[in-house]
Amino acid sequence: MRQSFSEWTKSGAPWVWLNAGAVAICLIMVIGLLSLIAVRGLGHFWPANVVQGSYVENDHRVRLVGERVQTEIVPAEQLRESGVTVTENVEEMHRSLMKVGNRDHGGTDFIWIIDDFLENKENPEMLFTAERREWGNFYGYLRGIKEEGTLVASHEGYEKSPEYQVLWDALQTRIERVSSIQEKIDHIEKGEISSINYELERLRLKERSLQLKEIVESAPYQEITDRRLALNAEYESLQSELLALYKAINRDSITAEIANGQVVELKIASIVRAFLPNDMGLGGKLVHYFQKLWEFVSTDPREANTEGGIFPAIFGTVMMVLIMSVIVTPFGVVAAVYLREYARQGFVTRLIRIAVNNLAGVPSIVYGVFGLGFFVYFLGGHIDDAFFPEAKPAPTFGTPGLMWASITLALLTVPVVIVATEEGLTRIPRAVREGSLALGATKFETLMKIVIPMASPAIMTGVILAIARAAGEVAPLMLVGVVKLAPSLPLDLNYPYLHLDQKFMHLGFHIYDVGFQSPNVEAARPLVYATALLLVIVIALLNLTAIQIRNHLREKFKALEM
Amino acid sequence: MSKDNIASAELDFNTPSAKRNRSIRALKDKFASVGIAFGGISVIVAILLIFFYLLYEVAPLFESADIERWQENNQQVAPYSVPGEGKTLYLTMEEQAEIGLRITDSGQLVFFNTLNGDVIKQESLNVPAGATVTSFAIASEYSGIFALGFSNGEAIVFKQTYKSTYPDGIRVITPEVAYPLGTAPISISEGPVEVLALNGSEDEWTIVGGQRSKLTATDVTLSLNIITDEVSAETNTFTLPNMNIPAKKLLLMPDRSWMMIASDGGKLGIVNMKAEGGPAITQLIEATTGNITSFEMLLGGNSLLISDDLGVTSQWFLVRNDKNQWVMTKVRSFENGKAAVSSISIEHRRKGFVTISEQGQLSFYSTTAHRTSLSAAIIDGNADMIALAPRSNALLVEQNNQLSLWAIHNEHPEISWSAIWEKVWYEGYEEPEYTWQSSASTNDFEPKYSLMPLAFGTLKAAFYAMLFGTPLAICGAIYTAYFMVPAMRRKVKPFIELMEALPTVILGFLAGLWLAPFMEVNLAGIFVTLLVLPAAIIVFAYAWSGAPKAIRYLIPDGWDAALLVPVIILATYFSFAIAPYLEQMLFGTEMRYWVTSELGIPYDQRNALVVGVAMGFAIIPTIFSITEDAIFAVPKHLSYGSLALGATPWQTLVRVVMPTASPGIFSAVMIGMGRAVGETMIVLMATGNTPIMDVNIFEGMRTLAANIAVEMPESEVGSTHFRILFLAAFVLFIFTFMVNTLAELVRQRLRKKYGSL
Repeated sequence: MRQSFSEWTKSGAPWVWLNAGAVAICLIMVIGLLSLIAVRGLGHFWPANVVQGSYVENDHRVRLVGERVQTEIVPAEQLRESGVTVTENVEEMHRSLMKVGNRDHGGTDFIWIIDDFLENKENPEMLFTAERREWGNFYGYLRGIKEEGTLVASHEGYEKSPEYQVLWDALQTRIERVSSIQEKIDHIEKGEISSINYELERLRLKERSLQLKEIVESAPYQEITDRRLALNAEYESLQSELLALYKAINRDSITAEIANGQVVELKIASIVRAFLPNDMGLGGKLVHYFQKLWEFVSTDPREANTEGGIFPAIFGTVMMVLIMSVIVTPFGVVAAVYLREYARQGFVTRLIRIAVNNLAGVPSIVYGVFGLGFFVYFLGGHIDDAFFPEAKPAPTFGTPGLMWASITLALLTVPVVIVATEEGLTRIPRAVREGSLALGATKFETLMKIVIPMASPAIMTGVILAIARAAGEVAPLMLVGVVKLAPSLPLDLNYPYLHLDQKFMHLGFHIYDVGFQSPNVEAARPLVYATALLLVIVIALLNLTAIQIRNHLREKFKALEM
Repeated sequence: MSKDNIASAELDFNTPSAKRNRSIRALKDKFASVGIAFGGISVIVAILLIFFYLLYEVAPLFESADIERWQENNQQVAPYSVPGEGKTLYLTMEEQAEIGLRITDSGQLVFFNTLNGDVIKQESLNVPAGATVTSFAIASEYSGIFALGFSNGEAIVFKQTYKSTYPDGIRVITPEVAYPLGTAPISISEGPVEVLALNGSEDEWTIVGGQRSKLTATDVTLSLNIITDEVSAETNTFTLPNMNIPAKKLLLMPDRSWMMIASDGGKLGIVNMKAEGGPAITQLIEATTGNITSFEMLLGGNSLLISDDLGVTSQWFLVRNDKNQWVMTKVRSFENGKAAVSSISIEHRRKGFVTISEQGQLSFYSTTAHRTSLSAAIIDGNADMIALAPRSNALLVEQNNQLSLWAIHNEHPEISWSAIWEKVWYEGYEEPEYTWQSSASTNDFEPKYSLMPLAFGTLKAAFYAMLFGTPLAICGAIYTAYFMVPAMRRKVKPFIELMEALPTVILGFLAGLWLAPFMEVNLAGIFVTLLVLPAAIIVFAYAWSGAPKAIRYLIPDGWDAALLVPVIILATYFSFAIAPYLEQMLFGTEMRYWVTSELGIPYDQRNALVVGVAMGFAIIPTIFSITEDAIFAVPKHLSYGSLALGATPWQTLVRVVMPTASPGIFSAVMIGMGRAVGETMIVLMATGNTPIMDVNIFEGMRTLAANIAVEMPESEVGSTHFRILFLAAFVLFIFTFMVNTLAELVRQRLRKKYGSL
C-alpha cells in the first residue's frame, strides 16, 4: 500500500532516513579521505610513462618531454581571457600539469599545458629518467659516456637498438660503481669523521671543565693535547682518502639530449638511479615500484626534504615514542593503582578523577608551552648550570631536544594510561582479590601477582593508545624539540650512544614542514601524501591492536564474572 | 615439607625463618604502600603543576612596579652632591647605569660614577667666546643626540657614546663625545637661541631655533668625501613665518615635517613644516587649562607628552581625520593627584615615561596600556631633575644639589587588562582598535597585544567547525545507537572512533593543500551539495517506502545507512556536475568571483569554510562517540514501554530517549567544542593565520593555539611577548578545563540517573 507523502512524513520516517544519511556521510568522508591519501601517496612511486610530443602554442612549436601529473578541466572562456587562442564553440578544455624536470636547464620542474595543443604524442622507449641528488629529475636521450672528459662510448638515433642497449648497460655498471664509492664516502664522512669531530668536541669540553675547576697540573691537559693531535692526524689521513674517493667518483659523466635538442653533460656521481620508464614491462615497473617504496622508508631525505626517503623522521618518531612509553607506563600505572587500590575513595579521589579526565581534553599546544617553559628553560637551564657548565654559553639540555619532547608527550598522554588502567582495575572482580588476601597474601603481593597481571591487557591498551596519540601529535613538538632536518640520528656509535639532548625529526612535523614550508611544494606534495599514509597506517594499526586487546579483555572477564 | 608434618599438625608458623619471612613481607607491603602513594600523588601533582606553572609565568605581567634605593654590595647607595659645576640642563645614564652624564648650563659634559658621584671625565663643549648657553634640545633619548643653543645665535650638536673594553676580563666603560654635525657650532639664528629643537637621522638634520617669536629652521645635509674620508656639512637656513604664538619649548618630529610649540599657559601650536607654500601653523589648541610644565616626545617621536601644573600628563598624536588631514589629538591622560608635574623622563626602549610631582610623588606610566604601574612618594618636596637608565632599571633624582640613585623593577608595564581585552588607541591609528601585532623590525615599535582578535578567531573557527560537525555527529549517533542493526553497529562504531586517532596534522595538510584549492574552484558545488543531499535522501527514502515489498524486504530495517551510500555519492557527483551551469545561470560567472565582485566580500583561499569542514571532521568522532554511548545507555524498557503504547520509533526517540540522553549529548557537544577551541595544526595549516576580526566565512583567522605555535619559538624568554603567549595558553587551559569539567559533571549526574532507572 502506497502511503501519501504527508502521512509518510508524519510517521517520522524522513527524519530517520536523514539520520541514516548522516552516518553514511560520515562513513563516506572517512573512507574517501583514507583513499585519497592512499591513492596519492602510493601512486607517487609508480614509474609513470614519459610522454614526448610537440607542443604548439601561438604558432610556436617546441618539443616537450615529461610525465603527466594531474589533469583538470578548464572553461574555454577562462583560457581566452588569459590570452590563449581557443577555437570557437569549444566550451571547455583539458589542461595537464606536466613534470618536465631538468630544472637546471629549464628553470622549472612543472608546467601547465593544454592537452589539445600537444601533438604527435608518443612514448619513446629510449627516453630515460634519471633521479639526481640535486636539481630533481632529468629526462633525456642517452648520447654518450665520458671518462675523465674523453668520450668512451656513444650512440645516436631515437629508436631502440642493440647498440643502444650496450650503451645503457655500460651506464648502469658505472652508476653501480659510483654508488659503491658514494657508500664509502658516506661511511667516512658520516661515520669516522663525524665521530672524530664528536670526540674533539668532547675534548674541548673536558678541557674547559678542567679550567673551570681551576686545575693547574699539566698532566690532564697534556693528555687532552696528545689525544687531540692523534685525532687530527687521523682526520688528515681520512681527508686525503676522501679526496681520492671524490676524484674517483667524479671520473665519469654522460652526455644526453634534452627536450629542446641541446646535448648536455651530466656527472654520473649526481645520478641516484636511471631507468627507461617506457621500456619497462609490468614486472620491471613493479620491481622499480617496490625499490622506490623501500628507498622511501629507508633512506635520508634529499633536496630540502622534497625527495628521497624519510628514514630519520621514522626513526625520530619511534625513538621519541619509545622513550615516552618507558616514562609514561610506570607513572601512569602507579597513579592509577594508587587512585583505585590505595587512596580512600571519596570526594577527593572523585575530584582527581575528573581533573585527570579533563587533562586529556586540554589542548596539546598548552602542554607544548608548559614543556618549553618548565622543562626546557627552567629544568634544562638548571641542569646545564649544575652539570654542563663547560659547554656554556651553548645550552645542552636548556634547549628543545629529544628528552624534553618525550617527557612533554608523556605528560600529555599520562591521563590516557591512568584512565585505561583504572578501567582495567575496576573490571577485576572483588572475589579474586579477596581470595588472594584470604590465602594470606599481603596487599602488595595481591597487587603484583593477581591484580596487575589481570589488568595487564588494560594497561597495554592504555599504553598503545598513548603511543598512538603521541605519534600523531605535532603541535607541542614544534616547541620542544622537533626540527625539519636533523644532522644526525639521536642514536649512534658515539658515547653515550643515546643523545637525549639532540633535536630530532618527526613524521607529523615532516608533513607540516614539507607541505607548507618547502620551497618546491609541487614536487614535494606526493611525498607528503606518502608520509601521511605511513603515519595513518601506523596509527590505525596501533589503535586496532588496542581495540582488539580491549575486546579480548572484555570477553575474558565476562567468563570470570559468571 | 611432607604430608605427615601437616597431618600431624606440627607445622610451626612461628619458626624464626617464617617470622622473618613474614616481617619482610609486611615491610615490603608497607614500603609498597608508601611508594605507590608517593608515586601516585606525585604524578597527580605533576599534572596539576601545569596549572600553577602557567600561572607562575603569567603573574609577573600584572605585578606593579617597585622602586628602592640602589643596593651595591648589600649597602644602600647614599645620596651624593652633584658632580661638576653649574646648573643641570639634562641628566642621563649609559646602558649599564654605571655612568651618568650631566649636561650643564656652562656647556660642560660631566660623566660621573652613578654610585658615588666621582667624576670620570669632563668635557667642555666648544662654547663661542663671549656667548652663554641659552637653550637645550634633545633629538631622542634613544639616540643620545643633544644640542645646545648659544646667545650669539649658534648651536652645537653632540652625541654621547660609550665604549666597552674587557682588559683582564673586567668590563670597563669609557665615555666619549661625538659631534655628528662637526665640532664647530653652526649658526642658526640672528639673535640669541632662546628655544631650540632638532631631529633627523644619518645625514639629514633639521635644527629649529631662535627667539620666542622669531624662529628659523636650518637644514643640515652631511656628505662624505670619499677621497679624504671627511664629512662636510651643508647648511641652509630660512626664517619661519610668524606663528603668533610665543614659543616656550619646541619639539620636532623625526620625519621633520611636524613641529610642536608649547607656549605660555596651556597653549599648543602644531606646525606643518612641509606644507605647500611653506611651513604653516595648522592647529592652535588649548592643551590644558593650567600651565605646561614639561613637553616631550615619547619613544619613536610620534607621540607628544604634555604635563601641566594640575598634575595631569596627556598623550597626543597625529590622527588622520575624514578629510584626510592630520590632526593632533589628545588620546589619553594620566593623573597624578593634584600636585604639579615638575619633571618627566622618557623610557628609552618602551612606550612609557616617569613623572615626579612637586611633592615628590613618583609615577610610572605606560601609554599603550594606559596603566600606572607605580605611584609612590620617594622624596619630600620638589625634585629638580629625574633621569631613567636606558634599560629602565635605574633612576637618578636630583634634589637640592644632591643626586640619589634608585633601583626600579618594572618588567611589564605595557600589559593591563584594557590592553589585552579592550580597544586601544595605538599611535597612528584613526580610532581605538583590537589589534594583535607582537613584533616588528624597528626598535621604537609599539607592540599591540590585544588577545581579542585571537580569541575571536578561536571562537570563529570553533563555531564553523561545530556548525559542520555537530549535526552530522549527533544525527549519526542517534541512528547508530537507536536504529542501526547490531551487526552493522559493531563495525561502524569502531570505524568512526578510529577517526579520532587520525593525526590532525594530516587533516590540516589535506585541508590546506587539497580542500582549499578544491573549494576555490568548486565553491558553488559545495553549496549545491548542501541543498541537494538532504533532498536526495528524502526523495530516495520516499521512493523506497513505495517500492514493492519484494525489493524492500531484501534489505531489512536498520540497513538504511548502507543503502544510502550510493545515493549520497551519486547526489554529490550530480551536484558538482550541475554546479557550473547553475552558477553561470544565477551569477553569470563563477561563484567565487561573484562573491568578491558583487557581494564585495573578500575571499581568501584558506578560509573559515575550509577550517569548518576540516575541524568539523576532526570533532565528529568525539561528539559521535559520547552521544552514541549516551543514547545507547538509555534503559531499553523505557523505549519498549513507549513503543508498546503505540508510539512510532521516531516519537519514542524524540519524546522518550532524547530527553533522557540530552545531558549526555550536551556534554558531548561541550567536549567537542573544547577540542575545536584547542586544535592547533588544522587551523595553522588551513587558514592564512591573519589576526583579523571578521565573521565572514570566506576569510581566515588566527586562533590562540595557532598563534602560540607560530610565535612561541621566536619569542625571547621572560619578555612580555613570551609571557603573553603563556597567558594565551593559560586562557586556553582554563577555558577547556572548565568546559570539560562541566561536561564531566553533567555526565556523572546522567550516569547516576540511569542507575536509578
